[in-house]
Amino acid sequence: MSNIGSYEERLQGFDWSIAEQELGYTPGGRINIGWYCSDRICDLGLGQKHALLWEDAQGVAKKFTYDDLRCYSNSIAAFLQGLGIQPGERVCLFMDRVPELYIGFVAILKMGAVVQPLFSAFGDESLWTRLENAQTTAIVTQKKHLPKVRKIKDKLPYLKHIIVVDAPQTTLREGETSFNLDEAPKVDVFEVYPSTAETPSVLHYTSGTTGQPKGAQHVHYSIISQYLTAKWVLDLQADDIYWCNADPGWVTGTSYGIIGPWANGVTQAVLDSGFGTERWYAFIQKYRITVWYSAPTAIRLLMREGTEVARKYDLSSLRHLASVGEPLNAEAVIWSQEAYGLQFHDTFWQTETGCMVITNYPGMPIKPGSMGKPFPGITATVLNPRTFEPVNQVGMVGLIALRPGWPSMIRGYWNNPTGYANKFANGWYLCGDRASIDRDGYYWFVGRDDDVINTGGHLVGPFEIESALLEHPAVAESAAVAKPDPVNMEVVKAFITLKPGFEPSDDLELEIMNFIRKRLSPLAMPQEIEFSPGLPKTRSGKIMRRVLRAREFGEPVGDISTLMDE
Amino acid sequence: MDELMKTVREYVVREYIEEGDDREVTDTTPLISGGIVDSFSMVSLKRFLERKYQIQIPDAQATPEAFDSVTKIAELVRRFKPDA
Repeated sequence: MSNIGSYEERLQGFDWSIAEQELGYTPGGRINIGWYCSDRICDLGLGQKHALLWEDAQGVAKKFTYDDLRCYSNSIAAFLQGLGIQPGERVCLFMDRVPELYIGFVAILKMGAVVQPLFSAFGDESLWTRLENAQTTAIVTQKKHLPKVRKIKDKLPYLKHIIVVDAPQTTLREGETSFNLDEAPKVDVFEVYPSTAETPSVLHYTSGTTGQPKGAQHVHYSIISQYLTAKWVLDLQADDIYWCNADPGWVTGTSYGIIGPWANGVTQAVLDSGFGTERWYAFIQKYRITVWYSAPTAIRLLMREGTEVARKYDLSSLRHLASVGEPLNAEAVIWSQEAYGLQFHDTFWQTETGCMVITNYPGMPIKPGSMGKPFPGITATVLNPRTFEPVNQVGMVGLIALRPGWPSMIRGYWNNPTGYANKFANGWYLCGDRASIDRDGYYWFVGRDDDVINTGGHLVGPFEIESALLEHPAVAESAAVAKPDPVNMEVVKAFITLKPGFEPSDDLELEIMNFIRKRLSPLAMPQEIEFSPGLPKTRSGKIMRRVLRAREFGEPVGDISTLMDE
Repeated sequence: MDELMKTVREYVVREYIEEGDDREVTDTTPLISGGIVDSFSMVSLKRFLERKYQIQIPDAQATPEAFDSVTKIAELVRRFKPDA
């Protein structure tokens, strides 16, 4: 029997107080995600249960019980306090998926600071943009990523502490502090910060069409919906061994790679390794994974390898599969049934929603290719893009919109009230995606409603790429758009005009690709560059990305009455 | 010394290992599963190989497994250019 039971019955009279009661939270009282993920589970008598089963690419393995998680998070919290870090300050986690990342996340919340996880593959420019915007005061990192931090630290006046988890103090410079979890004392008693519902908790950066990435500000009350969606949608149960593929540099890796499973007292496994079909199957087999939350890009890579590889391993422990990041194509759902005897359940949500909002549920028939139905407590619709009224017509495409007010919705963008206000229309929160609703109430994804590029399940903003491209000495003008891709759904394609004295060449294309990869991230790297003598612009001189994008997708270019004569 | 493997190894170190990061790359170091080259960055590595050796590697053969070490990459290149 699944946790959710009947979806239809759950809709009746739903109230988020269900989660509040299960978590023992009293409205107006204290609520601290760090405490809920560690101390509370120990208080329930589960201190000796494994919280984290961790393994790296070389096969080195570590195990942490909930009591370890409680004590080690106390250790890190006390250490950060000892450095003088105050509640409310932003503390960045810039690490691979090492135990310090997961335990540090809990620790920072327990001491009342705001945790700012960033993807460790970010280049120095992407890192600087996000630390500068958040006025981050401390960063916790690894020796291998320290060079990137050193490169930008002089441009970050607010950054006071660089903490390195795997290097002795003797190898570090002034302003850098060593912290070794293996040698740190386990602190049994720590006074958890008395945060309340609206106390800021997690700051995730997300990309938009215009401007630099925005800091999506979450609060401690978000745990209410993260706990319940993890329980009902991922169906996490007491004996499960759960594996989430997402990196905690992105929201899935924190909402469902830390908060959801640990608030439910579930054992989760983490593989700190890049993608590898057989490596992944061996991991599932070894740890007897029961619930697997993956992503379409990974699933399509697994599909490429075929079912034969899957059959070489004992994957019989799997009982529930889910997917997130981009729409899961029908072929992948059908293939997973063939390969694993189970269907992947697609889930739709985003950084700003903090929790799943439209999903497929255990026990509810899956329509392959569909996003599923709104979670109980989420009021969703599709809007007419001109009137911002619900289209109220089966199959009619509109903008996916949600009524604000669920617990894990962001409370704003960091220092950017205008950007936040622009996300709303007619009382609805606009997700930036287009979809239709069928006669059974299932949502069907159509595409983005803006220029943001969804590559491998991650949103990449064109403005950030274009700005970085202009820093290359050969680039005069640039436009970054999405290009369809069979594995990643979309990849970045850049259109470039060169400065006088530069000629298009294969070598220059590769040089520019690597330039962006190192400055921003591998995700932002154009996988194709088209050199062009000019770019389509409006008469006011603005580059018309949508024209370039439409050409890539083979779609009509739409209204080009404002297009300047080329 | 295998010139192809040397070229690939030097390119990986130059392009994918940050200056100041003292990780060693041998011919058998796991590149993709070891997190040195991610699946997105594989595209630029593939592009480098195609240009350097004047070959075309079909996407179906450009798998994370085929790019997972200097040795495997050299094997892949030699499938298309045996004398490389």
